[in-house]
Amino acid sequence: MSDVAMHSYAPGTHPSLPPPIGQAGVLLWLRANLFSSWVNTLMTLIGIFLLYKILPPLFDWSVLEAVTNAGSRAECREISAHGACWAFIGDRISLMVYGFYPVEQRWRVDLSFVLLGLALVPVLFDKIPHSKPALLYSCCYPLIAGWLLLGDKFVNILPYVDIGKNYLILSGVQTSEFGGMMLNTVVGVTGIAFSLPLGILLALGRRSHLPIVRAVCVCFIEFIRGVPLITLLFVASTMLNYFLPPGKTFDLLLRVLIMVTLFSAAYIAEVVRGGLQAIPNGQYEAANSMGLKYWQSMRLIVLPQALKISIPGIVNTFIGLFKDTTLVIIIGLLDVLGVGRSSLADAKWNGLSTEVYVSIAMFFFICCFSMSRYSIWLEGKLDKGYKR
Amino acid sequence: MGEMNVAEEIKTSIQSAAGDDEVIQIVDMHKWYGDFHVLKNINLNVKRGERIVICGPSGSGKSTMIRCINRLEEHQRGQIIVDGIELTNDLKQIDAIRREVGMVFQHFNLFPHLTVLENCTLGPIWVRQTPKREAEEAAMKYLERVKIPEQAKKYPGQLSGGQQQRVAIARSLCMNPKIMLFDEPTSALDPEMIKEVLDVMVGLAETGMTMLCVTHEMGFAKTVADRVMFMDEGEVIEENTPDIFFDNPRHERTKLFLSQILGH
Repeated sequence: MSDVAMHSYAPGTHPSLPPPIGQAGVLLWLRANLFSSWVNTLMTLIGIFLLYKILPPLFDWSVLEAVTNAGSRAECREISAHGACWAFIGDRISLMVYGFYPVEQRWRVDLSFVLLGLALVPVLFDKIPHSKPALLYSCCYPLIAGWLLLGDKFVNILPYVDIGKNYLILSGVQTSEFGGMMLNTVVGVTGIAFSLPLGILLALGRRSHLPIVRAVCVCFIEFIRGVPLITLLFVASTMLNYFLPPGKTFDLLLRVLIMVTLFSAAYIAEVVRGGLQAIPNGQYEAANSMGLKYWQSMRLIVLPQALKISIPGIVNTFIGLFKDTTLVIIIGLLDVLGVGRSSLADAKWNGLSTEVYVSIAMFFFICCFSMSRYSIWLEGKLDKGYKR
Repeated sequence: MGEMNVAEEIKTSIQSAAGDDEVIQIVDMHKWYGDFHVLKNINLNVKRGERIVICGPSGSGKSTMIRCINRLEEHQRGQIIVDGIELTNDLKQIDAIRREVGMVFQHFNLFPHLTVLENCTLGPIWVRQTPKREAEEAAMKYLERVKIPEQAKKYPGQLSGGQQQRVAIARSLCMNPKIMLFDEPTSALDPEMIKEVLDVMVGLAETGMTMLCVTHEMGFAKTVADRVMFMDEGEVIEENTPDIFFDNPRHERTKLFLSQILGH
């Protein structure tokens, strides 16, 4: 026997010992997770077999035998009979990104994407230098982006605001020329940015003690949630003008943006309400007994905790919203999916739907997966203070 | 003219009865939860610097009563005047009273997403508009007084129950309250930790703070209290100085309660 077993320690002096051999490390992990029983072993082997069957052919198709340079589908097939024909995507990529945005003006889209990235930094991360002016910039970003993308047509989208067209310098681009990923991004980012604050207000309103505020919020949330997004988009495209004063029309894209924002705000409101309900009454009482006013206690005490709890649900809603931006296709806006589908009709490139759909799927996957990863990182960061 | 005089007279009589050092006056206060009459005819005058312990079986309304003093609960009849301000539905008056009245809860109710120091400076910064640095200096002073300055950067979840309750006391003191309310401050604590919290409270009592304390710690009541109130079923049954209260309780109900609580 080892010394340790023989050794007797005085009470309170027993040292911490390492675990016995075979109870730690990679081998233990393998045995515990992959080969712990014969069922588990069988599953592991089947899994390895399936991966062997799926991964190498997929790699062949997408990388090894893929064609990136060709003029038509026939050329593609001459070079490689079974590989993916990415040349088609390369040919159409600008259409899929920019839609019908005037070619010589596309730098404006690029610039607005870059500025979007910069605007996101202070919102997503704290502890960056100059965070106050940076946040101010983020708040102004929607206006900057609107101006960049629309040029002097920016005045048209805001029917009640009157600023001189001459100050806007950039030449006008119609919203009907928007398309592709740029359209998805515009709808998605706008929806996300505006639905969160609106959703929070609705959630607070639904828990308000003021009966009228509560009734309005409940009606709004239940109505919007009870109607499919497609129906709301149809309403946006056809009916909304009936409710506006005669002579005033909203741009179709603006109507879509409003509808998408309202739609996801209703969902966000319910997610946030769930978070608010998880906050113990004692927190409200402590805030009140300190003399904090309603908005102070919400902003400083209740919402930081409630939103932290709601992060998974909020991000879930955002991811759903971002994917739902493809629904604009049914009211005639050509987003990335619409552009992709229409390019399939080209006789020169006939029959390459797999490549198109895989590319579009990758675009959405990258965006949504980034959101998901960010939310997990954020949860971990905010969790620190609670861990012992 | 007659009416005016009567009104004036009543006003002055209230003021003179109050005197300068009456910080809390409760006159014929009643409260109902629906049809249930929880507080019946509560009358209480507290002088500045007085320390009052309120005890009684659970459900007797003692917590509800002190929660009425800073309007965490609403009373439906009678008068509560705190530091010269009457509690009405006027939000400004409620806020004014809450600024002067600190409260310590049974379950601490610290803000878990803020550090100990931030918990302490939140009120002074946002309610009293104290500059941040000044608020932090004051907070450190009070954290030293409750003997946990070294935990300032930690989060409440990383502290023991006794430490959390001491932070909660420091947090209330940071607002420079004129009155402190304690709502069963030691009931959620392990026996080991009760003493450290009571020590802080005794120290606080020695500084002359006006304190109202709902507690079952009879030792604390004996050493610190100027008066002990016994409540049952929403009524004040008995109110006396601690030596008379504990040695010669007048009412059967009080005797029964004391025998149960001191018996073991």
